[in-house]
Amino acid sequence: MHLTFYVASAIAVLSTIMVITRYNLIHALLYLVVSFLAISIVFFVLGAPFVAALEIIVYAGAIVVLIIFVIMMLNLKAEAVEQEREWLTRKIFIGPALLSVVLLAELAYMILQSRTTDFNAPMLDAKAVGLSLYGPYVIGVELSGILLMAGIVGAYHLGRQKKKVVHRFLESTEE
Amino acid sequence: MKELLWLIPAWPLAGALILILGGHRMSRTLATLVGAGSVGLSALITLLIGFAFLSAPEPFDQHLWTWMAIGNFQPSFAFHLDALSMIFLFVITFVGFLIHIYSSEFMAGDEGFARFFAYLNLFVCSMLILVLADNLLLLYLGWEGVGLCSYLLIGFWYQEEKNGYAARKAFIVTRVGDTAMAIGLFILFQTFGTLHIQSLLQQAPQAWSVGDQTALLVGFLLLGGAVGKSAQLPLQTWLPDAMAGPSPVSALIHAATMVTAGVYLIARTHVIFELAPQAQLAVGIVGAVTLLLAGFSALTQNDLKRVLAYSTISQIGYMFLALGVGAWSAAIFHFMIHAFFKALLFLGAGAIILVLHHEHDMFKMGGLRHKLPVIYGTFLIGAASLAAIPLVTGGFYSKDQILWLAWAGERGNVLLYLAALFGAFITSVYTFRMVFVTFFGAEHSHVSHPVGKAMLTPLVVLAVLSTLAGFLELPHTLGHVTIFSDFLSPVLPAVNVRPDAESMELLFQVIAAVVALSGVGLAYYLYVLKPDLPSKIKEEIPGLHHLWFVGWGFDALYDTLLVRPFVYIAKVNKHDVLDKFYTGLVTVAEFFHRALAYTQSGMMRWYVMGIVIGAILMLTIGLIL
Amino acid sequence: METVPVESGLLLAGVLFMLGLISVLIRRNIIFMLISVEIMLNAAGLAFIVAGSRWAQADGQVMFIFILTMAAAEVSVGLALILQIYHQLKTLDGDMASKMKG
Repeated sequence: MHLTFYVASAIAVLSTIMVITRYNLIHALLYLVVSFLAISIVFFVLGAPFVAALEIIVYAGAIVVLIIFVIMMLNLKAEAVEQEREWLTRKIFIGPALLSVVLLAELAYMILQSRTTDFNAPMLDAKAVGLSLYGPYVIGVELSGILLMAGIVGAYHLGRQKKKVVHRFLESTEE
Repeated sequence: MKELLWLIPAWPLAGALILILGGHRMSRTLATLVGAGSVGLSALITLLIGFAFLSAPEPFDQHLWTWMAIGNFQPSFAFHLDALSMIFLFVITFVGFLIHIYSSEFMAGDEGFARFFAYLNLFVCSMLILVLADNLLLLYLGWEGVGLCSYLLIGFWYQEEKNGYAARKAFIVTRVGDTAMAIGLFILFQTFGTLHIQSLLQQAPQAWSVGDQTALLVGFLLLGGAVGKSAQLPLQTWLPDAMAGPSPVSALIHAATMVTAGVYLIARTHVIFELAPQAQLAVGIVGAVTLLLAGFSALTQNDLKRVLAYSTISQIGYMFLALGVGAWSAAIFHFMIHAFFKALLFLGAGAIILVLHHEHDMFKMGGLRHKLPVIYGTFLIGAASLAAIPLVTGGFYSKDQILWLAWAGERGNVLLYLAALFGAFITSVYTFRMVFVTFFGAEHSHVSHPVGKAMLTPLVVLAVLSTLAGFLELPHTLGHVTIFSDFLSPVLPAVNVRPDAESMELLFQVIAAVVALSGVGLAYYLYVLKPDLPSKIKEEIPGLHHLWFVGWGFDALYDTLLVRPFVYIAKVNKHDVLDKFYTGLVTVAEFFHRALAYTQSGMMRWYVMGIVIGAILMLTIGLIL
Repeated sequence: METVPVESGLLLAGVLFMLGLISVLIRRNIIFMLISVEIMLNAAGLAFIVAGSRWAQADGQVMFIFILTMAAAEVSVGLALILQIYHQLKTLDGDMASKMKG
């Protein structure tokens, strides 16, 4: 189990690195799916089988598919990849990477500073989660429902195909 | 009946509001009806309440509402009616009503007809609040209200720059006194925890012994407020300039009512002054000095209204003198008589000035006695009263009482008496100088149009009042009538006459009568028999004449001492030094504003970068601590 | 079951979060930015699961489910916005959408 955890972690990190370095959106999404699958294994190892299943269904399934749908609707061609290559230079990595490494170092320091505790990952099955979800967290469930509703309404409203409205300012710059 | 008390100030207030809001759309008749009618209603109610008060003369309190409540400081909007405020009510509403009627003709041709009545009504309302207030804060409201109306009405013809200047001068000079008074009120509140007048008057003798330092301080501060409002030394300079306003205003505000607010204040708080003898003595000295200085200045003026203005200062000086010697009811009596005859004189002067095309210089008038017989007759009655012609005029009885008590009263003083006596002589000289120059001699200008009934009726009524009112209080030697002082005795204590002086009262009356008559005689000699003599005297003593003419140079003194340095400092400090600090703050704030505005570029990644940097900083700080 | 050190789980979450963060900072394509945000949310969820396991409580998983819900709502609205931006500006360049004034 120990080993499974580390292998899955390595796969997750590697595939995420691949995600952020791809020029092609579809390739990046495929790596993203791999990353999600690896994380789902990590969840399983940590004793959360229900969430592991949700990770696959919602993240690797629904969300990624949604993004792929949008990419299809936008009908991106080869020049999009070229564009991406043009944007994603080595130089641009330096600043953000530096900042992130500093942040990671600080996080790691804080995590490692605390007392090391090995723990036996207990199995918390769907029943336990469900009891907790519909017990003390029922208000959160209600709020999530409202949030999803808002998401649906918002997406519908924003996604409607309207007549193209180019702003005066932008129009004048394009001409 | 007494429950109607609140209506007395309410009517003029309503009139003022109606005229302010809708006056520009009203016809003149309607504006007159609202303006004069509201004060007329007040006068009517005053009359009704007066009868009720006479039959049951106990003080009456009317609590309308609590004005504000801050801790234990809870001044109420409440009125207190007693004999003192009753007399002031009568004078304010009746003289006010007569002057409103007069104004309806006097101001008939003016653009700001409704505006004039609005201000006038507001003034009457404020003055009524002043005299009815049952606590000093409400009194202060009325006090400032009349100050505001005075400012508005002096500058009524604001198109001319000098009128606006005169208005500002009046406002600022009285502000000095008002500030002193406000500080006095603070001290009173700190000491007693209340500003309710009746409680103050009850508590003061228990808290303070005679001559107490705090009482002295409060007395002087209240005196400061009183001299500001009543144009006494050293704050008298604004009143002669206040004649820039229309004549009815001069009559109502700057002669009959507002300028006597100081007298009212001191009479109202007389207990405090009795506890502070030095402050009371100061009141008397201020009055004596003022009446002399103003009298000399009045001798030299050419402007008819300025003569009357200086004479007003001088007569209020008499009232202060009376207050100073503890002759409270004599002061109030003189106030009432003075209100009648001075309003009469101002209204008469206004009528003359109006029909002579706004000619103010009395040496350009002359010989008006045949052309304007009614005005001549009433003016003569007023002047006789002012000069205290014996036996037949109200002024004689009121002034004689002051002269007598200045010498014979317990706190009386020979010097004060001599000053008052000499003042009486000067008064009769300048008064009849004015009469003879204006109405006798050769005609210098012609009368443009006759004076209407609306202006003449108030003159006649006031002439009757200024004569008859004198008989309300007659001295021991002549009839011994004490209606007035009996009426006031529950509020204001009677003055005790020194026992050794009692027998000499008749002598003093004769002296006063002789002095007044000799003053008239001198004026007759100088201005009728030998009209060339005055200018010769003038050439003999040009310096002194000029000094008197400019009111003893107080204006120049204040100009050099206060105005010029202030203007200089203002000029030097045009770009306020202290402002540098605040502009500095502004610059810094603007710098940060620009810097922050620059970060709002719309580039989403920079925002994320900002969040990351912020997170790093916070974590770092957290780790270090 | 074998033991898993809690630090390892948290470090994994941290590393994944960093990678997502770097991606957000370097990408100009808004779809990539959206994907990066998903990575970061997922990493945060992972941290919750690890903590939940450590204390043997179901709360961590409940939190993950909330995060999941939020991510779903966010991605649907975000994609709708992307569609609109693309229709309006004819580009996926996030920096082009910086003009709000006018």
